[in-house]
Amino acid sequence: MKQDKIIQIALTIVALSAISSLVLITVFVFKEGLPIILRVGAKDFFLSGDWYPGEGKFGIMNMIIGSLAVTAGAIIIGAVFGLGCAVVLTQFAPRQLVVILKPAIEVLAGIPSVVYGFIGVVVLVPLVREYLGGPGLSILTSSIVLGIMVLPTITSISVDVIQAVPKSYRDGAIALGATRWQTTHMVILKAAKSGILAAFILGMGRAIGETMAVIMVAGNALELPHSILDPVRTLTSNIALEMGYAAGEHRQALFATGVTLFVIIMILNTIALTISRRSAGKAAKK
Amino acid sequence: MPKRNNNDMVISVVKSIKDKYDTSELEMIDMEKIEQTEPYNSTLPEKSLSIIKADDFSFYYGSKAGVKNISMEIYPFMVTAIIGPSGCGKSTFLRSINRINDLIPNIHVEGKLFVNNQDIYSRQINLVNLRQQVGMVFQKPNPFPKSIFDNVAYGPRLQGIKKRSVLQQTVEESLQSAALWDEVKDDLKKSALALSGGQQQRLCIARALSTRPKVLLMDEPCSALDPIATSKIEDLIETLKNDYTIVIVTHNMQQAARVSEMAAFFCLGELIEYDLTTKIFSNPSNKQTEDYVTGRFG
Ligand SMILES: Nc1ncnc2c1ncn2[C@@H]1O[C@H](COP(=O)(O)OP(=O)(O)OP(=O)(O)O)[C@@H](O)[C@H]1O
Ligand SMILES: [Mg+2]
Repeated sequence: MKQDKIIQIALTIVALSAISSLVLITVFVFKEGLPIILRVGAKDFFLSGDWYPGEGKFGIMNMIIGSLAVTAGAIIIGAVFGLGCAVVLTQFAPRQLVVILKPAIEVLAGIPSVVYGFIGVVVLVPLVREYLGGPGLSILTSSIVLGIMVLPTITSISVDVIQAVPKSYRDGAIALGATRWQTTHMVILKAAKSGILAAFILGMGRAIGETMAVIMVAGNALELPHSILDPVRTLTSNIALEMGYAAGEHRQALFATGVTLFVIIMILNTIALTISRRSAGKAAKK
Repeated sequence: MPKRNNNDMVISVVKSIKDKYDTSELEMIDMEKIEQTEPYNSTLPEKSLSIIKADDFSFYYGSKAGVKNISMEIYPFMVTAIIGPSGCGKSTFLRSINRINDLIPNIHVEGKLFVNNQDIYSRQINLVNLRQQVGMVFQKPNPFPKSIFDNVAYGPRLQGIKKRSVLQQTVEESLQSAALWDEVKDDLKKSALALSGGQQQRLCIARALSTRPKVLLMDEPCSALDPIATSKIEDLIETLKNDYTIVIVTHNMQQAARVSEMAAFFCLGELIEYDLTTKIFSNPSNKQTEDYVTGRFG
């Protein structure tokens, strides 16, 4: 009895400290970042592309656009290939292939991002520069690198979600004369829809937060990009690149960049959670 | 050893439905298709009364036999019950008839299984056609997480039917055949998952009927249902057999006795006895059958 109580208290302390460090970080980031947004004005901060810290100009619009463009590209690539992999793994591949492919895709998640960046610089950047034009360091290149990085997330969550679809749905469809493909897209993917959407959004969260690989392949230019072959700077890159020497207002502006990122990721995660809760609720009702 | 069924008695039952059979024979036996499968046809008697015929049929999971050396004929417009202890291969045999067991890796079959005089394990067979001819109802009601309408319309949609009015008519007819129409006609848009278990099972029957099959396979269709829902399904089976051939697996002896004309007793993957249900239950020829139906066994 007594032992239970001690363990309970100890665990509560551990849990509380984890939560409180999260709260502390949040408070700290907002405390450091918010004042500058208020001082500069939300409009000038978010809707201006002029980032000249030396002159006190802190407009992060181009970076927001950069982050969103790169993330959107990554998610398109990650969604197409990730969902494709998940469908093949769960519906079409023979068991022997699944045993090899699934761990292989999961290993992708364990590769450090700097390695992805490095491969991107060495292989992808010259390819894009040569065949598509531009400097090679671009939205497209970053999207491809990030797309490959989020592939394991999307694939493994989608595989889980698809496998959670009751087998009886598949049997029911096959028994009515559906082909495998008809069963997959008319019944199984429909039933797994919300879970797959949640996988995309989690992948998106990962892509928008990625820093190292993006710094290496995105080019980090401050101009507004006009095509997917133009270089961009993302919110994360901006913080990482300038943190080392920033001071005063500049430093605060970087925190404000962090606040922006924080809010975007929070929104994405909330959407993902709501969607997957809703689908879990539906499953429980069955 | 499989006991040969008492042919005279079977024939007498078949005669009693002969009128019906005669009128629908042409429609049931598609002459063109028979010609396509000519080489297999030669093993059939001149004119078969049966709609399903197993000829020394065995089904293997890997090297393990699920059923072996089954030879039996299932007659049209009757309810044939398959009974036997757990694991004796009832489901295996049933699921061989629409080849839904094909989804399991490493299976193979020996012998022959005919539906409508077509060797369904031959290469020429079109699985989509087969499954639309041979509908299936599962143990646990398994409606799709879609509306009632979309559940029943699924089969016709697979056949490429898109016209709303045609779909609507098929859905209504199928639901009516499954004795569910009156209960759901006002909210066909409602999710099928919101129905009760018994209603869901009748919805699954309606769904199976939507492709206008000849045969309806039912694998313990009432085992997840309460007694009232069960008796509704049994009544439904009684009416459905006017238009369909029904093969039902059941663990419930009373149910088998109530709904079926013919009964097959399986044990350890073999067909032990196949005869009129009345005979199986009152005066079985085989000791094992007797022990089973009187509850002294398995
Ligand atoms: N997917 C499978 N893989 C391997 N063996 C199987 C598989 N399904 C069934 N079997 C085996 O085949 C045999 C017959 O099984 P089957 O499911 O047909 O029995 P059943 O008569 O329907 O039993 P129950 O009354 O419990 O439903 C059993 O020994 C079972 O272990
Ligand atoms: Mg079974």
